Amino acid sequence: MKLSPDETVFWQHGFITINLTIVTTWALMLILIVGARLITRKLKTDNTISRWQCILEMIVTGINKQIKDVGLDHPEQYIGFIGTLFLFIGTANLCIIFPGYTPPTASLSTTAALAFCVFIAVPFFGIEKSGLGGYLKSYLKPTFIMLPFNLISEISRTLALAVRLFGNIMSGGMIVAILLSISPFIFPVIMNALGLLTGMVQAYIFSILATVYITAAVHDAKTDKVKLLTTN
Amino acid sequence: MDSTTLIAVASIVTAGLTTGIGCMMPALGEGRSVASALSSIAQQPDAAPTITRTLFVGLAMIESTAIYCFVVSMILIFANPFWSHVIAK
Repeated sequence: MKLSPDETVFWQHGFITINLTIVTTWALMLILIVGARLITRKLKTDNTISRWQCILEMIVTGINKQIKDVGLDHPEQYIGFIGTLFLFIGTANLCIIFPGYTPPTASLSTTAALAFCVFIAVPFFGIEKSGLGGYLKSYLKPTFIMLPFNLISEISRTLALAVRLFGNIMSGGMIVAILLSISPFIFPVIMNALGLLTGMVQAYIFSILATVYITAAVHDAKTDKVKLLTTN
Repeated sequence: MDSTTLIAVASIVTAGLTTGIGCMMPALGEGRSVASALSSIAQQPDAAPTITRTLFVGLAMIESTAIYCFVVSMILIFANPFWSHVIAK
């Protein structure tokens, strides 16, 4: 039994390996980019818009609303990152309805890369909001004793993001594989349907958690600034 | 019992225990959180979207502990470092 799509290697030369994960990831990226290009090529503001434009508008306004609900005031600034995470993970997980498809999110390398993006993006947005000093000060809250715990939580939540997505998607695939050997016909279909739901929920949770972390960094910095203004 | 059998037995039993206990405890926690979320939605239906979102995030946090246990037992069964060490010898 193959534990992850990393083990299906197409081409290898030195330390460069082209495996199923990379191929599927690039195919998904191509589909998303080409699809978005084709749809946004002729945008209209008439009374009647094309169906695809309507879908894209619903997705974008929906993600904007979710980001705003979590507490970020200008979602347009963050939708580029969070929306991309959501759309990529969502598409990768929903495509399991195609037979013979292995989701790239069932490989720890993909999810670790995505979690690393969040790990980088949190200080990026925090520093962008309040400068380097203002962001670094947020590690010393509430007191400087909490500094090591804040650092540990930064690392552990990144690890948790990666392992959560990986574990959920991998376990879905593995349960289907085990059930195939026990009761081949109808049960795997039900588990696949459940896998569609889990995949969507995991995409939502990944992006919402990224939003929550970014919100925490940005807000910490903001309250710091307010406090500085009031004390001076 | 030689050391190879001992390692195999320990790995398999631990894998089962890990998934077993690691499913029970998060299930209890998730049940409690869903129950209290439902009762608060019943009290304040207006706050349902906020409660649902917080519930989902919290459930994901709780469930990730179960997923950690699952991953550990998968490592114990399929990618056991001690077993590979013994086999390689």
